[in-house]
Amino acid sequence: MLRYTVRRLGQLVLVVLVLSLLIFAWLHSLPGGPVSALLGERATPESTRALTIQLGLDQPIFVQYWKFLLRALSGDFGVSLGVQPGASVVDVFLTRFPATIELSVCAIILAIVFGIPLGYLAARRRGGWFDNLSIGASLIGVAVPVFFLAFLLKYIFAVKLGILPSLGRQDAIDATRVTGFFVLDGLLTQEWDASLNALKHLILPSIALATIPFAVIFRITRAAVLDVQDEDYVRTAESKGLTTRVIRARHVLRNAMLPVVTTIGLQTGALLAGAVLTEGVFNFPGVGDALATGFRQHDYPMLEMLVLVAAIVYVLVNLLVDLSYALIDPRVRAK
Amino acid sequence: MALLEVRDLTVQFRRRGEEPFTAVDGVSFDVDPGQTIGLVGESGCGKSVTSLAIMGLLPRKGNQVTGSVRFEDTELLSLSQSQMRDRRGRDLGMVFQDPLSSLNPVVSIGLQVTEVLERHRGMARKAAMVEATELLDKVGIPDPGRRLSEYPHQLSGGMRQRALIAMALACRPRLLIADEPTTALDVTIQAQILALLKELVTDTGTALIMITHDLGVVAGLCDEVNVLYGGRVVERAARHELFAEPRHPYTHGLLASIPRLDAPRGEKLVPIKGSVADNIPWDGACAFAPRCPNALDTCTQVTPEQESLANRLLRCHNPVEVTA
Ligand SMILES: Nc1ncnc2c1ncn2[C@@H]1O[C@H](COP(=O)(O)OP(=O)(O)OP(=O)(O)O)[C@@H](O)[C@H]1O
Ligand SMILES: [Mg+2]
Repeated sequence: MLRYTVRRLGQLVLVVLVLSLLIFAWLHSLPGGPVSALLGERATPESTRALTIQLGLDQPIFVQYWKFLLRALSGDFGVSLGVQPGASVVDVFLTRFPATIELSVCAIILAIVFGIPLGYLAARRRGGWFDNLSIGASLIGVAVPVFFLAFLLKYIFAVKLGILPSLGRQDAIDATRVTGFFVLDGLLTQEWDASLNALKHLILPSIALATIPFAVIFRITRAAVLDVQDEDYVRTAESKGLTTRVIRARHVLRNAMLPVVTTIGLQTGALLAGAVLTEGVFNFPGVGDALATGFRQHDYPMLEMLVLVAAIVYVLVNLLVDLSYALIDPRVRAK
Repeated sequence: MALLEVRDLTVQFRRRGEEPFTAVDGVSFDVDPGQTIGLVGESGCGKSVTSLAIMGLLPRKGNQVTGSVRFEDTELLSLSQSQMRDRRGRDLGMVFQDPLSSLNPVVSIGLQVTEVLERHRGMARKAAMVEATELLDKVGIPDPGRRLSEYPHQLSGGMRQRALIAMALACRPRLLIADEPTTALDVTIQAQILALLKELVTDTGTALIMITHDLGVVAGLCDEVNVLYGGRVVERAARHELFAEPRHPYTHGLLASIPRLDAPRGEKLVPIKGSVADNIPWDGACAFAPRCPNALDTCTQVTPEQESLANRLLRCHNPVEVTA
């Protein structure tokens, strides 16, 4: 298991390098670019050229990438040009990343906690009203655009009913910052109000963000349970007279979890796309929001860091999936 | 008194929009304590459905089971799901055809053995592990201590079936049903598994229902044989009588179609012509008539009843004559 992990980590570095190079090249091939963004209306050919040279944008793409990589390795991603002009990209990132993590973790937990049990129930009551109802709901869940759902939730629960906050991560209250994870900070400093307040701000955005992963996890769980419960080994378990609890947990669910784990990984990896939309609607100051702003304002340094981190997160999630897969399935472990 | 009394067992599958299909049609037989009886017949004649009905393992929906299955003093068909769950694995054990797919691939062999000990004998995991080691040893798995922590994919086909037999016999059931336990195995392994089964049921006095389409298996193992055709018992006799004097043309055909080492050179095997696919139902005819070399006109007009002869049961209008 340890050797497996180390080997996978090695692959991870390679994947991140290749991914980041591709994305770097792509970003730099986009029209417009930071120079015109910085100079705006006042751009003259001379000032444009001067700034291009000053930013090193006249050099070949590989040279730029190499320099970027060297700086990145020493923790220097440059200065933000648009999201928070003048601030260090790393600082901007560090204040925003915890927000997105909190949001994503809440969303994926919601999706798992509802998706797996409901998927199991639907499979057990296959063809019944509960099954049909939840299939319908999951279809709608996938079909409704995330930002529309986000707007709807915000309108109903924040604007109309006024029971939940509509914007930001926390109201303007006194709160000590420790880790940057607001819910966690409140718990650490025993400022329960701050924790609760941050949690309330998370509810609507994480519901919006959780819908698609929920629907997908639900469907995959249902399909997997249907497959597994007809397997010969479930019949063997029945022939041994085991309790339904053991059959369900040990023989049906454990096997049905294999495809579900993969799905959870893929959905977690895809959360960033949803976060861009959700964070926009709820003015939630996370990296999704920074990504959107960064694109609009050609904030290359910001984008470079975000995209690199996104690649790393994606690959790490994949590693986590493979490790848990190996944990569940001894046949994978053996290889 | 018989350990198991199956009377008029009938299983009908019903699907919406389809004619009900009778897979088992009034099957009756007894199993005495410690006795080994065979259920023999071609694919699709209802052997597995019979055994699953006895075990209460048929799918919950889409079928109707009637008749009676008495085990000791209990009518199994009238037990609730959870009462039946208490019986399975403790009083009745079962071994299936394909050992690989019958084992859970993500659960260790050890746990798959101990879970049944924990369930029915109330053993703690530790004690159950010790017992499981002995069980694996008894079914001839070498180095059982190591095998306990292994997974099904690490075992050979024969080892897997041995492990499944160990699980089925873990709580010393009085009846074991083996549904074609050797079909998925190599020929040499088949013989070993059959020898093992025979040894185990003899040692422990367990009654065995051996399901097979292979009369060769029956010859080495069974005290009494039921020959099934189209969901009904067409002939039943003690092993020696059945092999010496098959009376039903179907039994006769089955025997003629097994290769024999002592057959004169050049003698051809005689397969039974046709297949169960051209099965006609039993009402108003004999289901075997279209394939039967002895068929008379009555065979397609009157359903043959089950008759008791001196040494056998027979369902045939025109049985094969005794040659002696
Ligand atoms: N769940 C089911 N629903 C509908 N029909 C079924 C079902 N299970 C079995 N049957 C049908 O019942 C008949 C008897 O099947 P069964 O499995 O008992 O045959 P078998 O004698 O065990 O044959 P084999 O040697 O192939 O195992 C077959 O025609 C089969 O198609
Ligand atoms: Mg069968």
